[in-house]
Amino acid sequence: MSTTNNKAKLTLPTDEQILIEREFDAPPHLVYAAWTTPELVKRWWHAKRGEVTLVEIDLRVGGRWRYVMVTDDGREVGFHGQYREIVPDQRLVSSESYEGVPEGVSEQDATTVNTATFAEAGQRTMVTLLIQASSKASRDAIIESGMEAGLQDALELLEQLAASLR
Amino acid sequence: MARAATTTDAFNAVAEPRRREILDLLADGERPVNDLVELLGIAQPQVSKHLRVLREVGAVEVRDLGRQRLYRINVEALRPIHDWIGNYERLWSDRFDQLDLVLEDLKAKEQESVDDE
Repeated sequence: MSTTNNKAKLTLPTDEQILIEREFDAPPHLVYAAWTTPELVKRWWHAKRGEVTLVEIDLRVGGRWRYVMVTDDGREVGFHGQYREIVPDQRLVSSESYEGVPEGVSEQDATTVNTATFAEAGQRTMVTLLIQASSKASRDAIIESGMEAGLQDALELLEQLAASLR
Repeated sequence: MARAATTTDAFNAVAEPRRREILDLLADGERPVNDLVELLGIAQPQVSKHLRVLREVGAVEVRDLGRQRLYRINVEALRPIHDWIGNYERLWSDRFDQLDLVLEDLKAKEQESVDDE
C-alpha cells in the first residue's frame, strides 16, 4: 500500500492562507467520490482522533454541508458550510465555519473559503486544498486547533508567528 | 532602555515583536546589521541587543565577511515553532492516510465490477 511516502505538505502562501498538498494513488474520480460521499467521508475525516458521527452533503452550488465528530477525549466538534463552485472530479469550492469558536468571535472570523482541486497525474491524483481565512489571526487559530492540549501556553507566545518563520 | 535579556529558548526569544521582525527580514536571506538598522528604523545598539538574544538561543548565526558582520536565520533552532505548524500538518497527514485506505477499497471495488463484465 502507498501510505508511507505520501506525506501531506503544508505551506502558508500568504498571512491568511493555508495550503495543503498531497498525492494519492488513485484516479481523480475516486478521490472526488471519497471526498463527496457521506459514508466515505465518515471513514477518513476522523484522522484517527475520534469518530465522525454525522456527515451531510448537499452537493450542488448553494447546497449545505455539515460534519460532526466526537473526539477520543469526548469533545464534539462541528463544521458546516455551503458549496460555491462544483466541477466534478476536478474542483470544489466551499465555505467552512467552525461551530465551536469562543464567544465574541464573529461568523466571518470563524469562516474560511476552501478550494480543493483534484489534478490527474497518470493514474494518481494531486490534491491541493487551499484554506482562505478572513484574517491572519483566524488563520493562526486554525493552525493552533491542530495542537495537542497542554501546549497552549507556548502557543500564546506564538500567535503572530507563522508567516514570518516559514 | 530595553530590559535585560533573560531569554533562554527560541520561544521566548521570538515572543518579542522586534525580534520577530528581524527574523522576518533574515528569512529572505543573509543581511548585515546596517541593513537591519535601516529597515527597522531603530538605533543600531537596539538592533545589536536583539541580535545578541537571537544568537544566544541559536535562532540566528553570524559570520564575518570583510568588514561586515552578516547575520542569517538558523532554521534548526526554530524547529519548536515549526512544530506548531507540524501538528496541524499531522492532522491532515493522518486524515489523508485514512483516505488512502478508502481509496484502496474503491479501487478494488471498481476492479471487481470491471472483472464482472
